[in-house]
Amino acid sequence: MTWTGLTLSVGMAVAAGLVGCFAVMRRMALASDAMSHVALPGIGVAVAFHVHPGLGAIAALVAGTALVWGLQHRTRIPTETVIGVVFSLALAIGSMLATGEELVDALLGTPGTLEVWEVLTGLVGVAAVAGFVLSQRNRLVLAQVSIDMARTSGISVARLELMYLMAFSLTVALGLRYLGVLLMGSLIIIPAATAKLVARSLDEMLAISVGCAVASTLAGEAIAGRIDRPTGPVIIAIAAALFFASLPLRRAR
Amino acid sequence: MSDGNALEVEDLSVSFGESRVLHGLSFAVPRGQALAVIGPNGAGKTVLFRALTGAIPYQGKVRWAEGTRIGYVPQKLDIERDLPLTGRDFLHAKAAVSGARREDVQRALDEVNLPRRVAEKPIGTLSGGQFQRLLLAFALVGRPTVLLFDEPTAGVDEPGEERLYEMIHRVQDEDRLTLLLISHELSLVYRYATNVLCLSREVPCYGPPDEVLTKERIEQVYGESLRYHHHQGT
Repeated sequence: MTWTGLTLSVGMAVAAGLVGCFAVMRRMALASDAMSHVALPGIGVAVAFHVHPGLGAIAALVAGTALVWGLQHRTRIPTETVIGVVFSLALAIGSMLATGEELVDALLGTPGTLEVWEVLTGLVGVAAVAGFVLSQRNRLVLAQVSIDMARTSGISVARLELMYLMAFSLTVALGLRYLGVLLMGSLIIIPAATAKLVARSLDEMLAISVGCAVASTLAGEAIAGRIDRPTGPVIIAIAAALFFASLPLRRAR
Repeated sequence: MSDGNALEVEDLSVSFGESRVLHGLSFAVPRGQALAVIGPNGAGKTVLFRALTGAIPYQGKVRWAEGTRIGYVPQKLDIERDLPLTGRDFLHAKAAVSGARREDVQRALDEVNLPRRVAEKPIGTLSGGQFQRLLLAFALVGRPTVLLFDEPTAGVDEPGEERLYEMIHRVQDEDRLTLLLISHELSLVYRYATNVLCLSREVPCYGPPDEVLTKERIEQVYGESLRYHHHQGT
């Protein structure tokens, strides 16, 4: 892997680690994993029309996010239910649109070199996600603890929710080419779940989550080539190993 | 709006679909006074607070005095006990969002007598009383002019309840705040509230505690006699 590619992978891991903390705190672990599936129909359509699959994925993620937010907002159905329905539908449509090989690539990611513009666009995305989470974390914390308290503190909760879901989707899109739809959801959730086990404060949680995501990515890169296996699954296996290894360190309740 | 009032409510009604929870409610809360809202479960106490803070749609008029800053503590917080958030994280988040200075956090902690080492612990590890004091501190960050408390003593034992009420009362006096609180503790309401608003399925009543909290009225509101004691002159 080239230096530019590695820089983007590390950036993607940072974004995943940050966004994941709030997904895990909102008990969205499974729902957010499912959410990454919405990229599939976009990829299917993009491949059919010979457009860059990343563009199709982002378009589908943005549309899916807006749909989830709108449904949740209007119907007051819990986020995870809405996500469960919308994204299972996306998976079904995606499987109908994509052929077998494309589908496996979209689900698990494809190795390959990235163009300069792809790396640069990716880094802009990373900066946008990291900037959003770090600058809005106080608002996200208050909305997490109590929507009413957040509202009386002057926060527009619905807008914050939309922005967060968009940041989440953007993070998924960043990792699609590299990790695929299935595994990107895992890189967002697992390091954050590990951090939640051992952290004692919000800053600790954000730092540990980012640390685990980056360490898994770098270790995955290093090990995958040597054992001749695709990088994505190795990264996730390492992230999961870190989670299990941290169980004994769980802070006292 | 009259100058001396912190809040004026006129003909307030709230419905959820077919079911009408509040109907034609009118009252005013003068600045610096304490209003206790009482009533049986399902009478619409929390709904009233949510309407006052604009969290749910309503009919009628709710007018807050100009420059009002609300410190609101809801009845239930939807948090997991193992959330890695310390009390300080929580208060700093409020300070950052409301544009308060960082010193305000320490001031709020001092006001509720919450020691530094307790504020550094994850929220889920605090005792019921410590948690309620943290919520009071949360409400005080950002220098509110009005405090809204939905059952401030939930999860606190009886001596703790009394201490918490004393603390709220002291803070209210010191900072000259207007206080609205929902409570089931009628004896404490009797002692600390300037006025009482009782909500029930019948006609709501409003007035000073010694007029509203009579045995007959309480039976009427709650549909049964409650074990409730107050000592005249204390």
